[in-house]
Amino acid sequence: MDIAAQSIDGGFADPVFNAQTVFRAVMDAMARPGSVQPLPAFTRPPAPLSATAGAIALALCDNDTPLWLDPALQASAAVKSWLGFHAGAPLANTPADAHFALIANPAEMAALDGFSQGTQDYPDRSTTLILQVGNLVSGAPLLLEGPGIEKTATIAPAQMPRHFVEQWKQNISRFPRGVDIILAAPDGVACLPRTTRIKTMEA
Amino acid sequence: MRGQEARDQADRKAVMATLAQASGDDIARLWNEAGLTSEAELLRGPETGLVTVRGRIGGGGAPFNVGETTVTRATVRLPTGQVGHSYMLGRDRKKAKLAAIADALWQDPAQRQTVETALVAPLRAAQGETREKRRAETAATKVDFFTMVRGED
Amino acid sequence: MYVAVKGGEAAIANAHSLLADRRRGDRSVPALRLDQIVEQLALGVDRVMSEGSLYDRELAALAIVQARGDMIEAIFLVRAYRTTLPRFGYSNPIDTGAMLVERRVSATYKDLPGGQLLGPTFDYTHRLLDPELAAGADVAEPLQRETEAQAMPRVSAILAREGLIEPDGEMPQDHVPGDITREPLEFPMARDIRLQALSRGDEGFLLALGYSTQRGYARNHPFVGEIRIGEVELELDVPELPFAVPLGRVRVTECQMVNQFKGSAKAPPQFTRGYGLVFGQSERKAMAMALCDRALRASELGEDVVAAAQDEEFVISHSDNVQATGFVEHLKLPHYVDFQAELDLVRRMRAEHDARENADMLEDKKEAAE
Repeated sequence: MDIAAQSIDGGFADPVFNAQTVFRAVMDAMARPGSVQPLPAFTRPPAPLSATAGAIALALCDNDTPLWLDPALQASAAVKSWLGFHAGAPLANTPADAHFALIANPAEMAALDGFSQGTQDYPDRSTTLILQVGNLVSGAPLLLEGPGIEKTATIAPAQMPRHFVEQWKQNISRFPRGVDIILAAPDGVACLPRTTRIKTMEA
Repeated sequence: MRGQEARDQADRKAVMATLAQASGDDIARLWNEAGLTSEAELLRGPETGLVTVRGRIGGGGAPFNVGETTVTRATVRLPTGQVGHSYMLGRDRKKAKLAAIADALWQDPAQRQTVETALVAPLRAAQGETREKRRAETAATKVDFFTMVRGED
Repeated sequence: MYVAVKGGEAAIANAHSLLADRRRGDRSVPALRLDQIVEQLALGVDRVMSEGSLYDRELAALAIVQARGDMIEAIFLVRAYRTTLPRFGYSNPIDTGAMLVERRVSATYKDLPGGQLLGPTFDYTHRLLDPELAAGADVAEPLQRETEAQAMPRVSAILAREGLIEPDGEMPQDHVPGDITREPLEFPMARDIRLQALSRGDEGFLLALGYSTQRGYARNHPFVGEIRIGEVELELDVPELPFAVPLGRVRVTECQMVNQFKGSAKAPPQFTRGYGLVFGQSERKAMAMALCDRALRASELGEDVVAAAQDEEFVISHSDNVQATGFVEHLKLPHYVDFQAELDLVRRMRAEHDARENADMLEDKKEAAE
């Protein structure tokens, strides 16, 4: 059957320039880990997919990038057909097959090491995780250092995965393999590439 | 109801096939003659991309990728709410938009007959003629073997 | 040592405008239109589509004009263009059995359902240049013959009834077709990936390799089971529609090569097969591809790999003319620094060589004096 109207509405109004703007924001956020790059709401995806995460998905995903959805998103037929129509990305069967993963509920998400970690020859083949977070200030603060950060940077994303700091330590130990994380907040993005170390977690 | 639905889908697909094969000029000409509306909201495209053509090993075996082809697609919504899609070989965006509107109009019971008779039927007839002419020209190059009887029986 | 390699911008810009001028040629001669190329140089257009790996006649025609008729340059332009487009998906596999046939011949069976249809072929022409064509003479309409439409099953299906031919090539159940436009080449390579590479491979290279197999380098006793040329329907599954959406028709050439095979430890005596499938009307290419496909199956069929045409790393790594021309032609670009280093090295080696010679000569003289 034809997909419902809500799956067709709400894509980029100006696909080329909107995608470029989103790509630029994600690239800058990835280059300067912990910095928050503002992003206007370019998309209106069906709930529970957020406007920011939806825009990032449309900018980065296409027919060649299998996409994994967490159970909350998986449960929404409208989200699946919206992504299918606007991004054309096939759904990955398992987290390990995914080029990108969309996580609506990071607090409950599967372990980072369950996603594709890439290979020694092709570390770029790991999964890029897009985590929807409520904001980047009210959670437990993360003190960051590493390439792209002059001294240290701090962000405090809300609703992060359980044992995140420990999981991230293991992620770094797999370098050059390992996942990268894009944090999609309502008004902007921040990134945690696999080169970023979380130094301490303040109380 | 089930049978009707399957028939509708087959008819809709046949309309899309006819439009995909027609030239953009022919579609535009018949469109104007029939006075069809081109008022529609663009939901996606018209945009050009690639489709990878697949063949089968040995003709009927496992699939493999042969090469790519340009494809243009569009999705529109009519003021009356119908959503229409088009996909077709080539890079003709104007044609893709009209074909998507035609697909949407076809889904409107009040418009279906007009789309079928004023737009699709003439295109289908012309395509059928071209195909038959080609077949007859090819048939003229068919080899008629005859055996020469040699020696005595 | 540092050698300055800056400069030349003005020379480059002027060279490009000179190129544009020479491309256009004598302005009193009418400029070529793309539709003229599509209609009248159709097989050249087909070659650019096949090796450019992009089915789009107008783009191929534009590439041919822009490249001044240099086919490999035109193929390069098409390959560059295709990288700018997003991909919507993979089509459903085309059904060559349901082709609107424009030519169909078999060298193995005289009488076969649907018959032998010569179509628009160069075969049986006398290869005499035609002065009337040069004079622009009118061309008569082709004859037509009224017949009932007849099904044309593939010849391989007829042979299969005897049980003496291997089936169409199958891959393991869970095999996903590989794609050389997405994954780097790795050897050994599955047959589906080899076929993709061969289908876009250089016609001349594959022709020479196919010829080499006939002359005894990996002889595999080929017969043309069937060649068919014509249009096939292309369909794509899309998420927004409940049926495969029809995209239109593409013209392809298919060649089924049938090869006598005396058997090996891996397979009994039977007919084996090589397969060719290319965009457009490109019979020579499809035949060469089928010969190479069969030769490259040597290991699979338990044959000794003794010739170039059986060596997949050799064949597949060198079949792409865009890669080949890039690497060969880059040699003409400035290598001033590399060459300075080479020059120093050769001068030093020569000096050492001369010093040794002189020393030996002195030694000889000394011995002679004593």
